[in-house]
Amino acid sequence: MDLDIREFEEVCRDLYVRALKILPPDIKAGFADLQRAETSATGRAILDTMVENVAVAERTKNILCQDTGIPIYNVVIGADVRFDGAALKAAIRRGCERATKEFSLRSSVVHPITRKNEQTSCGIRVPIIHVDFDDRPETVAVEMIPKGSGSENGSFLQMLLPSDGIGAAKRFVIDRVIELGGRVCPPTIVGVGLGGTSDLCMHLAKVAATRPLRSVCSDPEGARIEAELSRAVNELGIGPQGLGGRSTSFAVHVELAATHITQNPVAVNIQCHSARRARATFTPGGIAFE
Amino acid sequence: MAHHVLDMPTGEAEIRALRIGDTVTLRRWLFGIRDATLIHMFDRDRRTRLDLDGHAVIHTAPNVHRVPVSNEAPVGFAPFCIGTTTSMRMERFTDALMEREGVRLIVGKGGMGPATLDAFARRGGAYLAIVGGAAALETTWIETIVDVDLDDLHPESLWQFAIRDFGPLLVGMDAHGGSLFADVQRDVAARRDAVIASLEDAR
Repeated sequence: MDLDIREFEEVCRDLYVRALKILPPDIKAGFADLQRAETSATGRAILDTMVENVAVAERTKNILCQDTGIPIYNVVIGADVRFDGAALKAAIRRGCERATKEFSLRSSVVHPITRKNEQTSCGIRVPIIHVDFDDRPETVAVEMIPKGSGSENGSFLQMLLPSDGIGAAKRFVIDRVIELGGRVCPPTIVGVGLGGTSDLCMHLAKVAATRPLRSVCSDPEGARIEAELSRAVNELGIGPQGLGGRSTSFAVHVELAATHITQNPVAVNIQCHSARRARATFTPGGIAFE
Repeated sequence: MAHHVLDMPTGEAEIRALRIGDTVTLRRWLFGIRDATLIHMFDRDRRTRLDLDGHAVIHTAPNVHRVPVSNEAPVGFAPFCIGTTTSMRMERFTDALMEREGVRLIVGKGGMGPATLDAFARRGGAYLAIVGGAAALETTWIETIVDVDLDDLHPESLWQFAIRDFGPLLVGMDAHGGSLFADVQRDVAARRDAVIASLEDAR
């Protein structure tokens, strides 16, 4: 299969707008679960407002949250796909710029030193692009994540020592969730990276934070910690928007990587309740959005 | 738990009457402000021609459409999606905002800290919590963008919105040292050790 770069650019544009407008179905279901379990009156009222916001966005064709985020594109290219890598990167950038201009999106991207906003949602090394490969024949999957700053500012990395054990990593997660309180727009998905190097560990936390609800870590030890921490964070009582209640998080997700004998890294990355992401898959049969 | 309807601008007595847990609906005017706006106004001493005395500011940088200037869009911007950002980043500006500009109310999400609570008590201010991320809904409470200053900072300019009934908003911090956020934080801190103790290997 030859990847049609023009078509790919259109999809990269559309995915940005779709991600901003359409809350994924797993998050909608997650809200219904939290509404059933919430015991705080304030917490329930806030969850109801969040659900109402999703309905208003659908009715008015508006975006869910004003934060258009820092754009991230994850591309996974299957076997038997012919493509020009440089053209693919350029198409993502053009798609991102076009979404910003054609839909009047707020550009939330600035130069890190001068703070100049080019009004294109692009800048040095942004959009952030991750390219990976797998053995699915003739398939290209693109995931777009507009990562909002309120939750992204709730990112932490700690290079713990092997003697600290896994317990220190668990304490680190709980203490960071407490420290963040309401400022990361709870209910959240708490993404946790365990292992790897410092850069990989942080990346894993983001992968975990943007994984669909009810998906489970592929490693059984990781899955066990997910369940344990998911229960624990909702016993803290932080609640929606940090105003008290059970619904601090939809879930804690954990992703693992092997690490060095002398290292024990843990990272936290938060996904807010407006947990936006959109995906498209290219196959010889056409393009499917989800 | 009382409900208050405040026509902006408002005075110190009206603000001192607010208590945490009360709800508020704002009417007439609201000003959008955030990180870069505050950095330029106070760290770089840039002055605004807009009068904020007795007014409410909301922590926001809006999505807007550029449109021709008209009665509906006096400065050529139409609101498209306006929502609220995390307030805590702007903690160090509250006192200056109240002292120099006369601001009385901050609308934001996530709450603010001790410096803000102290400024509220001394000068008569309050924090109104809005549901962060519920921007599509919030936008329906805004009628027009009537003015904008510090435009070179777009979208982090100083925005003046004409609002219809804006709220209900929850009084999260008041002028009497009350903070719902601090109350929850105290409860959470008290539960922390028990939650940690319930985790395997984490004690």
